[in-house]
Amino acid sequence: MELDKYDQALLNGEYGETKQKMMEILLALGKIYEAEKFIEVKSVQVSGASFKTIGDAGLSWLNSLSGKAVVPSFLNPIGMPRDEWQNLGIPDDFAKKQLEVNAAYTRLGIRPTCTCTPYYFNIIERGDHLAWSESSAVSYVNSVLGARTNREGGPSALASALTGKTPYYGLHIVKNRIPQIEFHIDDPAATKSWTNAHYGALGIIAGAISGNKIPFFTEIRPNRDMLKSLGAAMAASGAVALYHVNEITPETRFPFFKKHIEEAEREVVEIEAAEIEELFGSLEADVVALGCPHVSEEELEELASLLENKRVVMPFYIFAAEEMRVKHPDLCARIQSSGAKIVPDTCMVVSPLMDRAGVVMTNSGKAFTYLPGMCKATPLLGTLEECVRAGCGE
Amino acid sequence: MLLQGRSIAKGTGTGPLLITDTPISFLGGVDPKTGIVIDESHPLFGKSVAGKVLVFPYGKGSTVGSYVLYALAKNHVAPAAIINTECETIIATGAIIAEIPTVDRLKGDLPTDGVVTVDGTRGTVSFA
Repeated sequence: MELDKYDQALLNGEYGETKQKMMEILLALGKIYEAEKFIEVKSVQVSGASFKTIGDAGLSWLNSLSGKAVVPSFLNPIGMPRDEWQNLGIPDDFAKKQLEVNAAYTRLGIRPTCTCTPYYFNIIERGDHLAWSESSAVSYVNSVLGARTNREGGPSALASALTGKTPYYGLHIVKNRIPQIEFHIDDPAATKSWTNAHYGALGIIAGAISGNKIPFFTEIRPNRDMLKSLGAAMAASGAVALYHVNEITPETRFPFFKKHIEEAEREVVEIEAAEIEELFGSLEADVVALGCPHVSEEELEELASLLENKRVVMPFYIFAAEEMRVKHPDLCARIQSSGAKIVPDTCMVVSPLMDRAGVVMTNSGKAFTYLPGMCKATPLLGTLEECVRAGCGE
Repeated sequence: MLLQGRSIAKGTGTGPLLITDTPISFLGGVDPKTGIVIDESHPLFGKSVAGKVLVFPYGKGSTVGSYVLYALAKNHVAPAAIINTECETIIATGAIIAEIPTVDRLKGDLPTDGVVTVDGTRGTVSFA
């Protein structure tokens, strides 16, 4: 690989042992993926933040590191709300370890944003090179915002945070971002009434078929929340880090892409609108959990109006970034007057909150995919309105 | 004999060969406290990787597997070195943070048993 003076100095240990090791990780990745050089990244999003996922081994590694991030770096959701864990029945020993993980990341200069949606609070521009790691965030910034990042692991993202570099390969290179599999919906008219949950269901099906290919959708007109839902689900049921929706996502409007989309051959798959409907179940919910990925301002507004003058009759959790909660205290107060809880910093999948919670009703295709394996809970898919009705015992 | 491969993680390590043609998932596959393979479906089930030159095609499974390699090293039960057919990110990352000398893409054949030395810095494997 071609190394500049700074890369070489990092590898020589001139910036300390931690940064040297971090650069060795990036160099090994560069070799594996046959990158010709390193590039600078504008921001980093670091996963491996919940003690539930990284365990003692990950924590002891973090504690062995020193140095500071050199680019804006955001932490993924952790295993509990950092200030209110006592109220949620999080076990003390888990909380203690989680606080140690937070302290380690903060010491390394990783901002404790604790969200999978840092793109709501930071400007990400088309063409920006990033090193992000949470799968739904990677999908959103690549697909919806047109930035460029591979799906990093926890350590490689941390390595980019501390060095500001990433190897130049994969989705950083424009020619690797061309659609590879095309999806049609048999009844395009039916998609006009689709909600976020329907797009989550579409993502479950399309992600499983796509594997790690780049999907291309035509005939659908999702808004940004629907795109978030679609991408998150495809990254969970498959390994989709980038997708395109014709005339909706930014890269499909570029002449370079238009030309490739018209000329290149690719597999075409038809999905029946009826298959999407079949994923919506009819079980009795024990818990309602929303905000996977973390809710947007629009989703918060919609929830506030749906829950107006209502009372929830079961645990009703809305997962959100702390920054979103701070930005919208009035909306949050309206929601919480129904008895629903807004839970910051964590997520239903990486906190112990949903472990063995019974039937968990959600509008998220991603949560639907992960709840059985990661929380031993039974998932139930419903639209936002259906979730609110069920949660209020209607 | 000296075989040339590709350097992945630096340092040198010597030990008896432990060879499998089945990929390894370190998370859930190897006990971080003892170094014993606990995945019942793996041909190395019940064997210890501690102090061995572990030869396998590539890693698979969760990326948390990288941290398991680190934990093995902290508990002094890590492999002495790793030889992969084609190293991927879980093993590469884990080997670097755990300081386990690692090479891949060897040109030539390893013996089926005996002691070898892996030089992860030069990307070579030597044996008598």
